Amino acid sequence: MRRSAFRRSRGDGPFRFASTGAGIVLLAIMAAIGVFLVVKAVPALQANTSRFLTELTWQPNATAPVFGIASLAFGTVLSSLLALLIATPVAVGVALFISHYAPRRLASVLGYVVDLLAAVPSVVYGLWGVTFLVPFMLGPSKFLNDYLGWIPLFGGDTVVGKSMLTASLVLAIMILPIIAAISREVFLQAPKMQEEAALALGATRWEMIRMSVLPFGRPGVISAAMLGLGRAMGETIAVALIFPATFKISFQILGPYGNSIAANIANGFGEATEVGRGALIASGLVLFLITLLVNMAARFVIARRKEYARAAA
Amino acid sequence: MTVHTGIHTRSAIKTRTGIQPISAARRAKDRLVQVLVYLAFALAVIPLLSLLWLVVKNGIGRFDMEFLTHSMRNIGARDAGGGAYHAIVGTLEQVLLASLIAVPIGLLTAVYLVEYGEGGRLSRTISFFVDVMTGVPSVVSGLFVLAFWILVLGMPFSGFAGALALSILMMPVVVRSAEEMLRLVPRELREASYALGVPKWRTIVKVVLPTAFTGIVTGVMLAVARVAGETAPLLLTVFITDSINVDPFDGPQMGLPLYVFDQAGRPTDTAINRAWTGALTLILIVMLLNLVARLITWWRSPARRR
Repeated sequence: MRRSAFRRSRGDGPFRFASTGAGIVLLAIMAAIGVFLVVKAVPALQANTSRFLTELTWQPNATAPVFGIASLAFGTVLSSLLALLIATPVAVGVALFISHYAPRRLASVLGYVVDLLAAVPSVVYGLWGVTFLVPFMLGPSKFLNDYLGWIPLFGGDTVVGKSMLTASLVLAIMILPIIAAISREVFLQAPKMQEEAALALGATRWEMIRMSVLPFGRPGVISAAMLGLGRAMGETIAVALIFPATFKISFQILGPYGNSIAANIANGFGEATEVGRGALIASGLVLFLITLLVNMAARFVIARRKEYARAAA
Repeated sequence: MTVHTGIHTRSAIKTRTGIQPISAARRAKDRLVQVLVYLAFALAVIPLLSLLWLVVKNGIGRFDMEFLTHSMRNIGARDAGGGAYHAIVGTLEQVLLASLIAVPIGLLTAVYLVEYGEGGRLSRTISFFVDVMTGVPSVVSGLFVLAFWILVLGMPFSGFAGALALSILMMPVVVRSAEEMLRLVPRELREASYALGVPKWRTIVKVVLPTAFTGIVTGVMLAVARVAGETAPLLLTVFITDSINVDPFDGPQMGLPLYVFDQAGRPTDTAINRAWTGALTLILIVMLLNLVARLITWWRSPARRR
């Protein structure tokens, strides 16, 4: 149905032009984000007296600016991966609960409750995290350190509440709804015939899910997890309140270490000089590129199966 | 001998066959998974309940007229009183301006994708980048406006700059929801209009958009609810002030999320309490928007109309 109207009206041209133009504006904005971040990052990078990619410290406001992305990028990746590790199994469980376990009538209400988690603003998570979760996590963290301290991740001499683990936990709670929502949609689309066939052959509910629902939903769950990863990496305010804002690379997730690119931008912006702002913009460019890659990869996985496309919108 | 048939294995029919009953191990495994799945749901809901409870418990104390009608001018971290009037005004103006920018662009893009794109290369590219745009971190959109609007063009920190950053976050959400709603409009409606000799653009304006109207409104409200709670982009573009500034085009403003962040960073109990009340106000606004959106969907859902 390429041209349905027989006669071209005078209004058609402008209207078509406006709507095409709006689409192109969107593309232009995406391109402009990259271009202008580069434009403002370059002068700061030239003023940098160290190597941006490998330097650990962040002192762009000094007279001889020294700053690098290494420790921040490390913190971003580690906290997001931990969050993903915690959130994905729970989210898949939640999705299965709503798609295959909860009573039919309750399912949509319960799904809405999980969606509410996504509606809570990130600054409120930050406030909750810093006043409630930080002191609360001290006990479990000490326990992990005492009994599982031989695992390097839980090792270290000092154990604090404002740790990488607490920040990751908050991130996990924040990305759980998106992973759960997409997984749920995908699980609901699993072919009913296969499910019933499995049950008819005498499979238990779990065997049915393992044989027909999970294999069908696997690509959907993977891309959902990657979208969650992208969210976690870009999350700013909640972790800015929780991270102790150090510039070290340490795998001791219970210790007083941890920072991320986004949190550093929020915390460092207030006192940044011109070079300092440029440096923050440069770090933002790195964040933009990382999340862009993660998101594009996730979208490619989704796009391969058309039926998932709606669920991820 | 018992054979389990039917959905959910519970309805057992007793017949004599050679089939073995479900072994204890398989049954146990099934139970175990069921317990785990229920547990996962409980794990997801506990933080939500804890958070809502604390926000209400700690926020209700200062949720009074003074909070809603006063700013923080000349009020230090230790002083009692003070309010978020300046922040509420700022948030409303910023979100309204952001919607004024994002909704027309988003809606027109959706119209392009559904009515004009026809699966061509441009429409596939736009569609892909709309998806990618949903994943742009909010802090990056703030940095972009900072770099482009404030540093390159030399504009001041202002509510409008914040609205620009928020509109970037809103656009993809508006496009996706509007696109879905436009696709739901039956093709017969369009064809009937064409058959009457109505040109395509009038068909879109007079037939397609009105049919999808409530769905589009719902999508816009959800998008508004999403950006109303954003803090990071505002921090970089609106800056922070304790005074009332009703002009969104000039000078630093405040926003409710910024207010919560600002007060939470001050080390006294009175300030933390103000932060909780700010959080309560913010959550009430966001939940209200969500609820209205859901009600509109429910009220006009196809299932109800049928």
